[in-house]
Amino acid sequence: MRPDTVRYLTSRLVTTALIVLGAMLLLFTLSSIVPGDPAAILLGPQASPEFSKRFISEMGLDQPIHIRMWRFFSNVLRGDLGTDVVSGRSVVSMIANVIPYTLVLTFSAITLAVVTGIPLGIFAATHRGTVVDNILAFISVAFIAVPGFVVAIFLLLIFAIWLNWLPVLGTSRSGDLVDEFRRMILPTVALALGWIGFIARLVRTSMLEVMGENYIRTSRAFGLSERLITYKYALKNACIPTITILGLGIGRLLGGAVLIEIVFARPGLGRLIYGAISERNYPVVQGAVLVVVVVFVLVNLLVDLSYSAIDPRIRHGSGSGGAAG
Amino acid sequence: MNVLSGVFATLRKVCGSLTGAVGLLIVVLVLACAIFAPWVATHNPDALDVMNRFSRPTGAHWFGTDHLGRDLFSRMVHGASVAMQVAVLSIGSALSLGTGLGILAAYLPMRSERFVLIVFDVISSFPSLVLALAVVAVFGPSTLIVVFIVAVTLVPHFGRVARSQVLTLKNAPFLEAERILGAGWPRMVFHHVVPNILGPLVILASMDIPVVITIEAGLSFLGLGVRPPLASWGTLIQDGYQYLSETWVPVVVSSVALGLATLGFTLFGEALRDAVDPRIGREH
Repeated sequence: MRPDTVRYLTSRLVTTALIVLGAMLLLFTLSSIVPGDPAAILLGPQASPEFSKRFISEMGLDQPIHIRMWRFFSNVLRGDLGTDVVSGRSVVSMIANVIPYTLVLTFSAITLAVVTGIPLGIFAATHRGTVVDNILAFISVAFIAVPGFVVAIFLLLIFAIWLNWLPVLGTSRSGDLVDEFRRMILPTVALALGWIGFIARLVRTSMLEVMGENYIRTSRAFGLSERLITYKYALKNACIPTITILGLGIGRLLGGAVLIEIVFARPGLGRLIYGAISERNYPVVQGAVLVVVVVFVLVNLLVDLSYSAIDPRIRHGSGSGGAAG
Repeated sequence: MNVLSGVFATLRKVCGSLTGAVGLLIVVLVLACAIFAPWVATHNPDALDVMNRFSRPTGAHWFGTDHLGRDLFSRMVHGASVAMQVAVLSIGSALSLGTGLGILAAYLPMRSERFVLIVFDVISSFPSLVLALAVVAVFGPSTLIVVFIVAVTLVPHFGRVARSQVLTLKNAPFLEAERILGAGWPRMVFHHVVPNILGPLVILASMDIPVVITIEAGLSFLGLGVRPPLASWGTLIQDGYQYLSETWVPVVVSSVALGLATLGFTLFGEALRDAVDPRIGREH
């Protein structure tokens, strides 16, 4: 590896670690300023003084703040996110139980957004200035602007209640894959819609930008077919901003998934956090939020590192680096 | 006078496109509802009339009534005012704090500048809605917390743009001349730097309005934002959603209002950007 690549990788890794540490610090600070007596809140007003005393010392709440902080950090780094105060289960196992649902929902939404957004963008770019292009432009903005949970409610009303085509709420209990797939359709569409508009617009703009470049003109002069130029050369380069946006968007997608899960009553991280908030179960909120942040940061790191694999012109740390290729 | 004619010229450009005109129309409507809510509303938004619950839209109740018989039209008008208050307060504070930090970062030595940028990175690496959930879990739901969280998560957004704007401006000859003439930093910053970088920041701010409306409505929809009985579009949707089996009217009416508002502000923000400087905020 070239020295500047190594330097870039190191600085990226350090920043990532700092972000995770910052998140932990913030979550710890929040947990230590919970207003009121934590034992009274968690155990309810009826708990006997002896019991709440034992509870406080078991939870380590009587320790000085730096010891609690040290314990929190070292536990998290060992993969221990604490214990659910209500059920006594470990937070890690609770998260592990529901995280597949959220990840499947998020990634099916991304997939749907990519496989619809990119063709729409290409179509708009190759039909620039036509009526269809204008209509697509308006639809894209509308998709981006309207909040996902509003879309979710409308999909629910139209397809599940008025037309009765698709099952309404929850996941299938039997593990029936076809049923589960049908239940995934509406949440996935609701989550993906904004991103379809986003990606379609982005691909259109970057395609139009790339199509004006010299190497495209050269390819035309060499007599390559317009098809080959559009799909092989232009599209490949137009995809780079799309990947960036997707990486940055994972956080918003996860946040959106939280709302969508609640609208459709699907299990997942969102429902876990939401339920924990209503019972003031802070360890669960803390653990789940930390997991979301870590997933988000790791995806961003991967996205950053994948640039140079997709576009060899990008060499980190040394300006523009070598010319094309 | 000069500023006013500039604003009018920009607005005329915004109206040049159909989408820009539609956006401006919606923005004006929402703002009018927000500012003149008590006069626009036909009823007291909190007046209960349980005998008349789930009324269909009628001459007296234009959009019908909710599960407690409250007039939906009036509640929606007041919801506009809540949404705008949250948007103005949070974006206003993020804009001033972010701009300040951005300018500071641009003038700081390399190491401190990197530190500010890392802090920006840390803040923006939090998915804002999830961060909001963590904070609400501790302090309980409140409008002020929504404002605070949105403001904090938007600071890096303005800070980065302010910093890069200052970096391109920093060595401009007119600033150099001022410095040689002995201008102190307050004069440099407030007379020269801020006016010159404000344009792009204001456009960014206008493009953030629909985002903030969405976050406020989303949190209120979860019951984690604006507290009842205060009418927010999010709580209206939540109220309607709970009684979906009774009637679909409240859900549809309030979601359409929210959707139209975010669409209108988005169209307006984009038309404004295209009218002033098409390069700003493209990555967003």
